[in-house]
Amino acid sequence: MLRPLFSFPGGIKPDSHKDDSSRTPIAPAPLPERLTLPLRQSAGVMPLPTVRVGDRVKKGQVIASADKWVSASLHAPTSGKVADIGKYPMAHPSGLPALAIVIESDGLDEWRERQPLDWQRLAPQAVRQYLQQSGVVGLGGALFPSHVKLDTETRIEELIINGAECEPYITCDDRLMRERAAEIVSGVALLRDFTGARQTLIAIENNKPEAIRAMRGAISEHGENFAVVTLPTRYPAGSLRQLVYTLTGKRAPSNVLPTAMGVQCFNVATAHSIWRAIVLGEPVVRRVVTVSGNVRAPGNWDAPIGMSMTALLELSGTFPDTDGLIAGGPMMGLPLPLATGAPLTKDSNCLIARSPRLFPPRPPESPCIRCTACAQVCPQGLQPFELYWWSRARNFEKAADYALAECIECGCCAYVCPASIPLVHYFRFAKGELAAAAREQKMADSARFRFEFRQFRIEREKAEKAEKLARAAAAQAAKQKSAAAVEAPAASGEPAPMASLKSHDQPCAPNPEPR
Amino acid sequence: MDILVAIVVMALGALLLGAALGYAAVRFRVEGDPVTDKINAILPQTQCGQCGFPGCKPYAEAIASGKAEINLCPPGGNEGACKLAELLGRDYAPLEEEAIKPERAVAVIVEDRCIGCTLCIQACPVDAIVGAARQMHTVVEALCTGCELCLKPCPVECIDMRAIPETPETWRWPEVRRPADERRQAEGMAAC
Repeated sequence: MLRPLFSFPGGIKPDSHKDDSSRTPIAPAPLPERLTLPLRQSAGVMPLPTVRVGDRVKKGQVIASADKWVSASLHAPTSGKVADIGKYPMAHPSGLPALAIVIESDGLDEWRERQPLDWQRLAPQAVRQYLQQSGVVGLGGALFPSHVKLDTETRIEELIINGAECEPYITCDDRLMRERAAEIVSGVALLRDFTGARQTLIAIENNKPEAIRAMRGAISEHGENFAVVTLPTRYPAGSLRQLVYTLTGKRAPSNVLPTAMGVQCFNVATAHSIWRAIVLGEPVVRRVVTVSGNVRAPGNWDAPIGMSMTALLELSGTFPDTDGLIAGGPMMGLPLPLATGAPLTKDSNCLIARSPRLFPPRPPESPCIRCTACAQVCPQGLQPFELYWWSRARNFEKAADYALAECIECGCCAYVCPASIPLVHYFRFAKGELAAAAREQKMADSARFRFEFRQFRIEREKAEKAEKLARAAAAQAAKQKSAAAVEAPAASGEPAPMASLKSHDQPCAPNPEPR
Repeated sequence: MDILVAIVVMALGALLLGAALGYAAVRFRVEGDPVTDKINAILPQTQCGQCGFPGCKPYAEAIASGKAEINLCPPGGNEGACKLAELLGRDYAPLEEEAIKPERAVAVIVEDRCIGCTLCIQACPVDAIVGAARQMHTVVEALCTGCELCLKPCPVECIDMRAIPETPETWRWPEVRRPADERRQAEGMAAC
């Protein structure tokens, strides 16, 4: 079936390095003795721990429960004992520790009771709550809770399943599609039923012919009408907005979700985990992780979340000249020291062992000559050289005028920059400053409101007090007067004693309303 | 004759425009001083009084009427002074070195020692302390502006200022350091 594809602007074609790790099948990683599970493993609100230190947990048992609607539960990846709840290192650019639950494995790997969900007899909301309780989040990297995506007002026309996997080195989705195509297709069928989408498109880049074949085979076996769309290989074809545009021609600016335009997008690994949750009754406790780069045996591991990144890297055999690791792909991933204490989380799709040979240090930054190479590759159609200029000059409002918020931090601009300017770093800095300024402004506005209301309240209290005193004084005066009148009833033409109470109305200034 | 026509036309025009302006002046009258509000919007609203005025609004009024310098607000820092200079077209002057606070802090009441005197509640300019007479008080951390006005009235000195620790949520990417920037920094921030 031929579909017209739309071509997003820009993009780059870096060396894919995918063959390194895509040749061998997914191998199950051995169970580690200790698992560290950072609580924040989904976008939105952090789930709240439901276990205590010393508790025994079974595999798949909820250890932290979703707090608000945009939040997802967290589960024990194996059976064992809760060893600690505290701050532990995690894969975050700040290097700051975050709240985590540590589980000591008992080696039994004993599941809690698992039951398939009879979703057809349940209300859609109950199914969404079940997915929330199963910790199903976007495994492509954004970690957005899937049940929230299924909870939409707009009618979904196109359901897009993202198997593009455009970033170099990463092959976890490729292997998953090759080996577990039938399960993915079942998961996609569930998603199609949940969203009621008219058309289902599975997008795969044309550098993965085996995955395309496997998916097409599984679709015809299931008798579904899903279309596998072959995308030309170009980074970042798998980025949400680029993918939606390529397939549908619909453009969503940064403040509009494609959902509002009737398009919903899920990663293939997410579709697989939805199948697991509904059909097997298993929450998300494992994921496929690519280990590649400077290792003896690059490949894909089916690893429990919470496993140490370093330990998983060692399983593939790092070469002695390894000087660090990258969590994620080489374009958007996070560089970490080799001995990082950070564990795998639900968004850990790839670990790359770094070496000076594979990733030579970036030459020092030289001045921007406005060659516009960055603007030519920007898939969002931005002018990175302008954004760079304003970010560097700390003129963040101006950077915002040049649509800084639209930047998806894909790194194409920094990749092509002949002056080796770390452009994305500048944009992240400017975005952080803008966000902090917005936070501070909000706090200042709220403080101003409370201060002004307090002033008003003090004035009102003062006026009330004064009035009360006046009233008491008037009453006193009236009493004395009436006493005098009793003594001398001849005096007449007195005003009624009540007349002095006429200022009874409250001094009522307009109430400043909170915004 | 022509002269008369011209005079009449011009006079009528002047009258018409004058009437329109007069009407607009009444109809679209702006309550309060818009410059004061603009200045007040830049000030950080800590209401700390470190500028020598009883709150941000009085300081804004003083700046607007030209009675106060624009670099008296320590919580606003040099950035705030810079924004004020831009708004008012005045010369930028950095704050005095010792006035600048390195980081934001919030007041925390040591609960064992609090005797419930309500003095801090009365001192708090932004209603960030809750409590009642002879009951323990507490500072609502999210509302505290760190103005330190509650420290002095406390008779048992049970209020401490604590720096807000950085979390992955509040962390921001640092600025890219380049040799040229460091040189400029060493020369001192002359301009803003």
